[in-house]
Amino acid sequence: MGFFHQAFVITVKDLRAELRTKEAVNSSFAFALVILLLFSFAFDSFEETTQQMAGGLLWIVFAFAGTLILNRSFARELPNDCLDALIAAPISGAALFLGKAIANFVLVMAVELISLPVFGIFSNVHWTRQFPELMLVLVLGSWGMTIIGTIFSALTVNIRLREVMLPMLTYPILIPPLMGAMQLTSGLVAGTPIAPDTVVWLKVLIGFDVVYTAVSLFLVETVLVG
Amino acid sequence: MSAVAVDGVWKFYGDYPALKNIRLEAARGSCLALIGRNGAGKTTLLRIIAGFNRPGKGQVRIFGREPRETDARRQIGFIGHGISVYDELSAFENLKLYGQLYNLPDPRASATEWLERTGLARVASGLVREFSRGMRQRLAVARAFLHEPSVLLLDEPFTALDDKAIAVLQRLLREALAQGKTIVMSTHQLREALELSSHVAMLNRGQVAFHGPCTPEMISDPGYVYARYGEG
Repeated sequence: MGFFHQAFVITVKDLRAELRTKEAVNSSFAFALVILLLFSFAFDSFEETTQQMAGGLLWIVFAFAGTLILNRSFARELPNDCLDALIAAPISGAALFLGKAIANFVLVMAVELISLPVFGIFSNVHWTRQFPELMLVLVLGSWGMTIIGTIFSALTVNIRLREVMLPMLTYPILIPPLMGAMQLTSGLVAGTPIAPDTVVWLKVLIGFDVVYTAVSLFLVETVLVG
Repeated sequence: MSAVAVDGVWKFYGDYPALKNIRLEAARGSCLALIGRNGAGKTTLLRIIAGFNRPGKGQVRIFGREPRETDARRQIGFIGHGISVYDELSAFENLKLYGQLYNLPDPRASATEWLERTGLARVASGLVREFSRGMRQRLAVARAFLHEPSVLLLDEPFTALDDKAIAVLQRLLREALAQGKTIVMSTHQLREALELSSHVAMLNRGQVAFHGPCTPEMISDPGYVYARYGEG
């Protein structure tokens, strides 16, 4: 079985398990909804400054809600010592990691895509004006978030306070991609396409994703087995 | 070549040495019972042999290979304290998943066969979270045997099993031994284990206190090894 097929098997397993319980997706979406609602009360959606902050607000919601999904990624393997069986299986740690990262990415994207129209309504933002470019930023930002969240989920899986540790460890590392995603999203939801002065943030997102995906795939065996 | 060779293995938790210079071998087709009091290091040693943890010093070989090598992992079947199956998946889905991960030629057929062999065919499509404890244990046994491993590593395999699951496991272990497979099991259930074992290794505070063939005295009096080599 090839590397990508191994990863695919893990992805299908994780998605199937999540769809049966819906514990991570439900809590993540409910959390996103509540925060979006609170933001709509906290900020006047017709103010120009609120429109300028739209990208930042949106990615704060995505980062917090995404953590709820990412926290479950390796924790899902704990109840029956399933992680032992996965580590014992003749698949590479990198395939296991990639499979889990893709499953997390699908779930994070699902929550984001459902939250986006809700955000548009609550914050009076016409988010569809630069839709393809917005999707590109969403994909790149979410992949960076997912990769970091998944590797740290593996690292903290046996820690008692992993729910607290995961955000503490991931958010500082996620500052560059979140800054990029916020900057780009604010412009895109305001109807401004990615211009030469903002394309640097797109490069930051791509660079971050490539570097941290490579580093995570390289390190995950050590993270899992020591 | 030994099926399992443990050579000078040390394992430290901080400064505390959980295993001290462990040297053990299990020949192909033999059954080695690892015995010892709680905290003696049996589980730590089995996890290192299975490749879940790396030793601080020393090395482990499975048919001459390092346990983390893909070919070595293909030859190992492990039953630990947990059942290592997913509550949210059905019995069939669990076994098919492991069949795919072990790259079996027909994961569906293998899953169906082992569900029948462990008496779970009737509940193949049932979610594991709805299973009784005994059924979950039998599914764990099926999961460990699914890929026909050459080396079986069993950590207290008879603990918490119902009588039907014990019978299933004992039958499968006898069949495995008859097929020339190697078994290393840690256990507190000396009578069940010694009936199957060809060799015994006793761990005491992280060290091998005894390692040798299983003798008639041990089988007739399971406390014999503890009385002679343990702390009494």
